[in-house]
Amino acid sequence: MKAIVSVFAKDARGITAYVTALLAERDINILDISQTLMQEYFAMIMLVDLEACPLPFHELAQWLREKGMERALDIHIQRSDIFEAMHRI
Amino acid sequence: MSYLMNSSEIIQTIRMIDQQHLDVRTVTMGINLLDCADRDIRRCGEKIYDKLCKTAERLVPVCCDIEQEFGIPIVNKRISVTPISLVAASCASADYEILAGFMDRAAKAVGVNFIGGFSALCQKGLTESDLRLIRSIPRALTDTELVCASVNVGSTKAGINMDAVKQMGLVIRETAELGPIGCAKLVVFCNAVEDNPFMAGAFHGVGEPECVINVGVSGPGVVAHALKECKGEKFDTVAETIKRTAFKITRMGQLVAQEASRRLDVPFGVVDLSLAPTPAVGDSVAEILELIGLERCGTHGTTAALALLNDAVKKGGVMASGHVGGLSGAFIPVSEDAGMIRAAEEGALTIDKLEAMTCVCSVGLDMIAVPGDTTADTLSAIIADEAAIGMINNKTTAVRLIPAIGKSVGERVDFGGLLGSAPVMPLHPGSAAEFVARGGRIPAPLHSLRN
Repeated sequence: MKAIVSVFAKDARGITAYVTALLAERDINILDISQTLMQEYFAMIMLVDLEACPLPFHELAQWLREKGMERALDIHIQRSDIFEAMHRI
Repeated sequence: MSYLMNSSEIIQTIRMIDQQHLDVRTVTMGINLLDCADRDIRRCGEKIYDKLCKTAERLVPVCCDIEQEFGIPIVNKRISVTPISLVAASCASADYEILAGFMDRAAKAVGVNFIGGFSALCQKGLTESDLRLIRSIPRALTDTELVCASVNVGSTKAGINMDAVKQMGLVIRETAELGPIGCAKLVVFCNAVEDNPFMAGAFHGVGEPECVINVGVSGPGVVAHALKECKGEKFDTVAETIKRTAFKITRMGQLVAQEASRRLDVPFGVVDLSLAPTPAVGDSVAEILELIGLERCGTHGTTAALALLNDAVKKGGVMASGHVGGLSGAFIPVSEDAGMIRAAEEGALTIDKLEAMTCVCSVGLDMIAVPGDTTADTLSAIIADEAAIGMINNKTTAVRLIPAIGKSVGERVDFGGLLGSAPVMPLHPGSAAEFVARGGRIPAPLHSLRN
């Protein structure tokens, strides 16, 4: 299953390293990645493949949310279908 | 499905959900109960309970999974059932509130927010069973938490059943005297639709399949946000912006509907293209009307602004969904919309303006608190006025009024949660007692010479 991981936070050093390490820990493959700064806010979007991830989706979402909160990061994971549906005819 | 990542689209979607209150307002499972008929009313109730628990067992967990996976809140999970006046017609007992009790327990057992269908369709006349149901409404709504009732008193094809209108004035009055929440769960319709997923008026029509999934979308906050970008632009731009936004909102509703239908193995019915407000700040239909250029919702220009909004929502939504139905349009429930509450409190929004607004939008006089001493005759007359608008204009109209017992104009009634709070609005003082006492039927209208 493909999913979108989005990370929002106040910009700081090491955010990308921290989040990608979390994903690697759960065998999640990153297919595409982009990041931008909007004023002082950091936004990172990743397209990921969950094929090899052993956790059920809701547990993964919960784990990422909790791990994010430890570093004041707002981490969401959503199936990519929702973006496809909303923005493509 | 492969998705080519576009960060700005993704951020836009996430912002809609996180900051602009975008959600799926309801996933409603319609369930046929005609096979639960029984001469023994308790046996009938047991059959209803068993069927609801079995059929809707997975509804809430499946919706919760979809919420998690797509990151989109599904605010309500609901059940609508075959109008109980049909299901209970062969029961020997007239105490239909017993059945409401079974419905309430089943709804709690499966974890849904509301169950609709304690209903009667009597636009042309009242059967014995319709009368029993109508008389059971006050107790049924007072003694249960999750059961919603609706009665259809008119249609464009049948005219208005003024005997039923008279009964409903009495029923609303009696329900209000038993407690403030009952009336919030009771709708009187003209041209009721059979696939409406929204409460309090949802029921599972007899033309529907055994079981069906209908989805109601929402998103006034998203439309309002988009309109902030078109200050000073022409109406063409306003309409186009609303259409584009409605398309996106509805696509999401369609996705959720398809997923729910597939996972539950229940056919997909319709997406109801609606802008349903909540009392939360920034989730208001009144705010949209004000952004179109009105100082306050309710002032001159409100009807035209609402007509544009309602039409653009449908035009944008209809291409986004495979099947559109239900009520489809903007809702204007006063107590559930922070902007409407403010406008009513300031006196900018009156019941007469609300009535005019119902000519051009979805549904009708909705969640309006009226003085506690309002007579049953006046309530019936308001229902008749609203039903006439629906009948003549070939659209659904509804009345959900809350007589605020012991309160007068300017005081406030609190319902809590999504039902919000409402200031008591003034009504006209003249009596309609003779008008209501006539009974009989207002004939169905002519369909040509339409002016």
